[in-house]
Amino acid sequence: MKLTVWTYEGPPHVGAMRVATAMKGLHYVLHAPQGDTYADLLFTMIERRNHRPPVTYTTFQARDLGSDTAQLFQDACRDAYDRFKPEAIIVGASCTAELIQDDPGGMAETMGLPVPVIALELPSYQRKENFGADETFFQIVRHLARPVAKTDRITCNLIGPTALGYRHRDDIEELTGLLSDMGIDVNVCAPMGATPSDITRLGAAHFNVLMYPETGESACRWMERDLGLPFTKTVPIGVGATRDFIAEVAAITGLPAKVDESRLRLPWYSASVDSTYLTGKRVFVFGDGTHVKAAARIARDEMGFEVVGLGCYNREMARDIRALAKDFGLTALITEDYLEVEAAIEALAPEMILGTQMERHIGKRLGIPCAVISAPVHVQDFPARYSPQMGFEGANVIFDTWVHPLVMGLEEHLLHMFREDFEFHDAAGASHHGGKAVPAPEVDDLPIVAANNDAPTPQGGEVIWLSDAERELKKIPFFVRGKARRNTETFAQQKGLQEISIDTLYEAKAHYAR
Amino acid sequence: MTVARPLPTTTGCRETPVLKQRGQREVFCGLTGIIWLHRKMQDAFFLVIGSRTCAHLLQSAAGVMIFAEPRFGTAILEETDLAGMADAQDELDSVVAKLLSRRPDIKQLFLVGSCPSEVIKLDLARAAERMTQTYAPHVRVLNFSGSGIETTFTQGEDACLASMVPVLPTSTARELMLVGALPDVVEQQAIGLLTQMGIGPIRVLPAPRAADQFGVGENTVFALTQPFLGDTHAALERRGARHIAAPFPFGEEGTTAWLAAIAHEFGVSQEVFDRVTAAPRDRARRAVAQASESLRGKSVFFFPDSQLEIPLARFLTRECGMTAIEVGAPYIHQNIVGPDLDLLVEGPVLSEGQDVDLQLDRCRAARPDLTVCGLGLANPLEAEGMTTKWAIELVFTPVHFYEQAGDLAGLFSRPMRRRDLLKLEAAE
Repeated sequence: MKLTVWTYEGPPHVGAMRVATAMKGLHYVLHAPQGDTYADLLFTMIERRNHRPPVTYTTFQARDLGSDTAQLFQDACRDAYDRFKPEAIIVGASCTAELIQDDPGGMAETMGLPVPVIALELPSYQRKENFGADETFFQIVRHLARPVAKTDRITCNLIGPTALGYRHRDDIEELTGLLSDMGIDVNVCAPMGATPSDITRLGAAHFNVLMYPETGESACRWMERDLGLPFTKTVPIGVGATRDFIAEVAAITGLPAKVDESRLRLPWYSASVDSTYLTGKRVFVFGDGTHVKAAARIARDEMGFEVVGLGCYNREMARDIRALAKDFGLTALITEDYLEVEAAIEALAPEMILGTQMERHIGKRLGIPCAVISAPVHVQDFPARYSPQMGFEGANVIFDTWVHPLVMGLEEHLLHMFREDFEFHDAAGASHHGGKAVPAPEVDDLPIVAANNDAPTPQGGEVIWLSDAERELKKIPFFVRGKARRNTETFAQQKGLQEISIDTLYEAKAHYAR
Repeated sequence: MTVARPLPTTTGCRETPVLKQRGQREVFCGLTGIIWLHRKMQDAFFLVIGSRTCAHLLQSAAGVMIFAEPRFGTAILEETDLAGMADAQDELDSVVAKLLSRRPDIKQLFLVGSCPSEVIKLDLARAAERMTQTYAPHVRVLNFSGSGIETTFTQGEDACLASMVPVLPTSTARELMLVGALPDVVEQQAIGLLTQMGIGPIRVLPAPRAADQFGVGENTVFALTQPFLGDTHAALERRGARHIAAPFPFGEEGTTAWLAAIAHEFGVSQEVFDRVTAAPRDRARRAVAQASESLRGKSVFFFPDSQLEIPLARFLTRECGMTAIEVGAPYIHQNIVGPDLDLLVEGPVLSEGQDVDLQLDRCRAARPDLTVCGLGLANPLEAEGMTTKWAIELVFTPVHFYEQAGDLAGLFSRPMRRRDLLKLEAAE
């Protein structure tokens, strides 16, 4: 048993729902107890879908337990077919149904439904949401895709976008345009928008674009082996990665790497002098493996940040992320425990976090700016406006998204510069206008021992802050104060000092100057 | 003072046959009750023993609340726990030991059963007993089931409160107990009104803290503030307490009837009752009249969700001038919502349980002006051109008693006003 409050991923049947909801003409019959329908609202609320997910739940109750549940499942299957007339059905069990061992796959296959019935084995007590999506899509492809004649023009499939995917909707559009610039059409985009009959035509493409390894890699590997379709290995998030992706596609197809860069603005924005203050910003990167990999490269090579920590929550990507961390001279944090992530962030005291919804809240708690780069996300990250992550427009979006919280930081800095001013001080609040002015509190002697919420004193650190040093520390803008505190304490420990005076603070500042 | 509009006369719906259907149910499980219960019981922790699905449900239902260090969590069952039963009990002990050492402020711990823990027959009752002995007197450990196979949405609160009744001390005092978790502001209004009539002492179940314990016995009388408390009702009667039957305190009429039933039990004179209630009654009537303008003459359709549907339909039909087409509830406890059924304007189909696809067919055919439903159905129905009010808000928002009567009508009228306001169609 593991004590949990936040979960980065849902159970695997939610992954299967993400595939079913992304597709059209497919229906999912899920053997599950009453209550599991809660997952519908992820799609209708967070993604704001205007239809119910194509999922029929058996919703068995306590009184149904026993031999009854098998009959319930078969009835649900038949009703679903009669009502929705899908081109294919997927069937599976949720965590509770897995325990009662009704074998939905076996039962559905014996019913003689006139459409393909694809059974899913999703081990709920070992695997999670992303695995569920990847495995479901793989099974659908394996059951339905067959070798077919190639299209005359060079075409590709877009593989991996699902419902509830972070920016999947706009990534598809951006990539479709990019490939079109190169003279490549999209044969099928799947699972998003595809029907089961579209799946049978996957083999007509010349190659596959693997957009999201988390949800499409198994299918791509199978198609490579059984349909002879090569697939791209670079995920085009960031300027460098997009150019690498274009080169990779050119190599696969023999077409020239001709694309329109006229609307790409990240390189100039990043080179312009206004961005100089971004240099060496210490960032912590966490999320799903794919987005972390892309974000780390952008952070270092395209924004000029220093990546001080990185990791992912999905074990499937652990090997990749460990290799990446090594490349950055770091140790990867592979965990699904947000408390570990929080501890790592506290210890590193970065100036910015690139993460998920969870890290956004950790950042809020620690007073560190944060930009969201990966699922799990909330309703605000399914925006109405066009906001891809992939391709050149994606790079523009990423530049704005990451810089915004930092510009806010600069505003704060200016306010802090005027902190001695009678109007601007910590207790003044957001505005001093409209008669809300609060006089600055009298500065009295601060307690001598470091009892401050900016950052925790490191474990075993017996160093004591003298009150004038503590006061001086307070003058440093909040968004670098944590780092200054940590550096000073490390410096003092290295020097074997018991106390930190103003001199120690500035000695440390000189020591770490860059 | 506004002139009171005469309320519709009705022979009620007590005898109306109830449509019972079995099929897919689009409802929450009882675990969701934890999300409001933990706010109400300030020193309690709710530990769900379940799967990743349960944790994911709580996270989805709690929304941003999940980030506020909430006093609930899930012990997620892993493969090894499913292999051998003795093992699972040891695992649970160590999870609880770790939890309680991290949260020394916790005085009551609820082990909450889920579908997976029920199906593998993990004996949480015995675990609770064992842990109560281990952690006495500092922490009391109780157990109830919030599983989907046994409970629907608000029934989770019922199961929780029912688990507390047997361990209440025995008392012979004549006391009034208000049963059901209400927002603090609403609870204080209710206690204030009753106190002004000279009724007391008043106890509230659940009490905000374990230390605020009170007794129960043959002289206890209790009033339910929520309609979904069937098991708690039964558990209290087993302890000898007596129920004061009344319509539920929604709207001016419901609140007055609820207060009147209690006043009658305690022998409060009509004169005192009128003196205490006249001003807030008048306020409530005016607020409802104003907020319900756009509801008058409109039809409403209720999908089952919380068991609040029948009392709310009574409020909407009598005080807001709506017509009910269908009133669906997950369960109908005739002896608890009976007084509301007596007042409900006759006409609607009463349905218990659900086959969601068939019910959607009925709803589409009826084209109600307003559909009250869960979040899984709301946006899809809006996309079909229907106006919806999502039901969960009715459980979280203060809606009971006089001062909230206008707000309650407002919750239903706002979606209709919005539909009239938005001009999004392209020019022809």
